[in-house]
Amino acid sequence: MPISDAPQTQSQRRPPLLEFNDVNTYYGELHVLKSVNYRVGDGEIVCLLGGNASGKSTTMKTILGIVRPKSGKVTYAGQPIDRLPTAERVKRGIAPVPEARRLFPRMTVLENLEMGAFTRSDTTEIESDKERVFGLFPRIKERLTQLAGTLSGGEQQMVAMGRALMARPKLLCMDEPSMGLSPAFVEQVFDIIQAINKQGTSIFMVEQNANMALSIADYGYVLQTGEVVLHGSAQSLRDNEMVQQAYLGEMKAQ
Amino acid sequence: MESWEILLQQVINGLSLGAMYALLALGFTMVYGIIELINFAHFNIFMVGSFIAMWLMQLMGFTGQTHILYGLPLVGLLVLVLCATMLSTGALGALIERYGLRALRGVSGTAPMITTIGLSYILFNVILLTTGADTKNYSNPMPNIRWEFGDAVLRLREVMLWGVSVVLMIALHYFVRRTKMGKAMQATAQDQEAARMVGVDVDRVVIITFFIGSALAGAAGLIFGLYYNYTSFIIGYTAGLRAFTAAVLGGIGNIPGAMLGGVLIGLIESLGGQYLAVRWTDVIIFSILVLVLVFRPTGLLGRAAPTKS
Ligand SMILES: Nc1ncnc2c1ncn2[C@@H]1O[C@H](COP(=O)(O)OP(=O)(O)OP(=O)(O)O)[C@@H](O)[C@H]1O
Ligand SMILES: [Mg+2]
Repeated sequence: MPISDAPQTQSQRRPPLLEFNDVNTYYGELHVLKSVNYRVGDGEIVCLLGGNASGKSTTMKTILGIVRPKSGKVTYAGQPIDRLPTAERVKRGIAPVPEARRLFPRMTVLENLEMGAFTRSDTTEIESDKERVFGLFPRIKERLTQLAGTLSGGEQQMVAMGRALMARPKLLCMDEPSMGLSPAFVEQVFDIIQAINKQGTSIFMVEQNANMALSIADYGYVLQTGEVVLHGSAQSLRDNEMVQQAYLGEMKAQ
Repeated sequence: MESWEILLQQVINGLSLGAMYALLALGFTMVYGIIELINFAHFNIFMVGSFIAMWLMQLMGFTGQTHILYGLPLVGLLVLVLCATMLSTGALGALIERYGLRALRGVSGTAPMITTIGLSYILFNVILLTTGADTKNYSNPMPNIRWEFGDAVLRLREVMLWGVSVVLMIALHYFVRRTKMGKAMQATAQDQEAARMVGVDVDRVVIITFFIGSALAGAAGLIFGLYYNYTSFIIGYTAGLRAFTAAVLGGIGNIPGAMLGGVLIGLIESLGGQYLAVRWTDVIIFSILVLVLVFRPTGLLGRAAPTKS
């Protein structure tokens, strides 16, 4: 049962950094995103909830240009980007933390971080961003010469986030950052996501861990078989009955 | 000839052939490493390279076996021929990628590989129809300087050929390990989508890989001509298949593996030819190919899974 936002809630949001207007994405014949609209305000944390195969990762891939929408508009920082190659989007400040991390397995941790800054040439700034990453993830610093493929899942997640930050992004697109992490570590990761956001990066985040995600998000969308069936402020989603039933089972039991 | 002299001579020959196969194997392995495609057009890019180098030398007035230049001018001209040949075959490889193969990228199945076979035939027939089927004598401007160890002979041309190969391989190693484009190649080979997501322009990486591999094939083509004193439209197949075997032996997709495999195949060819029989050379080499594919498909230096993590 779709509810649309009251107009005043929308207008209270920050000016948009990223917008989807009636975007349709296909894999061959398979219609995955069906006329979806999203909006990520500048400086916000927005989370995208949804069941398996609902099109969450496809949303992330559409933002990055790994897949191209068949119709609709993707606007970033006021400009249409849906015809731009991925590299150009990265240059303009969109960085992904992809599903399953996708580090370069036979490169060292340090080389992985440096690949994150691939589109940049401001050497001194890159060095200071490295220090910033070490500040957020002290564990990374002890593992710099280790091959990324041999890291533990949690360590890989840290390096994946660090690599994305090395692009100095304006918009960080995270696909299930808590996947496969222990509860204690999940909490740490969410703290770090908040810290990154406070340092000025907008965040668009796919999460199965709805409870955690909505607790740090400003706004949320719920995707069901490719359609946005619900969206609203994180608070309003947490109060929504359907969300509670489908995604916040634990919360209700408390 | 004493037996040690024979052995030494065959090792000298084997290393020379090996240097050539290694250069040629690098092109196979680099392209496979990046897009998991076996590029059979590579065989005949090498063949075209030997023709281009021959024409360039003829243009510069080198004909027959006489040498009209000595010392630095000779070295300079040879370096010029080498560079011009490498640029030409590199451009040929890049053109083939851009207009013959890019549209098929990501098409699953054997279509891209079959297309490389077709492209290979086109090169083969263009050379055959424009230059004729006869074997072409190669001019060899190298002075006949030689060192003798007993009856074994090391000629200047072999030393030069080793030198060129080693310099090119060191340059390639440095390029892949240290430069930004080299890192982009490694990243693309390890995870193409992740490479895209950090902003690597994968199309550019692929075309540059074809360029470099084909340029090395051009160098191998020049070396073939200087070593055997002839070229022909047919040379791509034998040398190409042996170099391909070298790439598989070393571990397809693995750059040091291609260098090692090339040298080993060169040595096997010369020593096997000496101690068994020349006509058995190909049987030996392709038996090795089959044995490697059956028992150690990842090759000598290959990883458990050849390309992905
Ligand atoms: N490259 C592809 N080719 C064909 N179909 C695809 C491809 N990628 C995804 N799909 C299909 O698109 C649909 C949506 O996939 P997507 O990965 O976006 O789901 P998701 O919401 O991220 O799910 P999960 O929670 O399981 O990660 C699925 O049915 C999937 O099988
Ligand atoms: Mg997903």
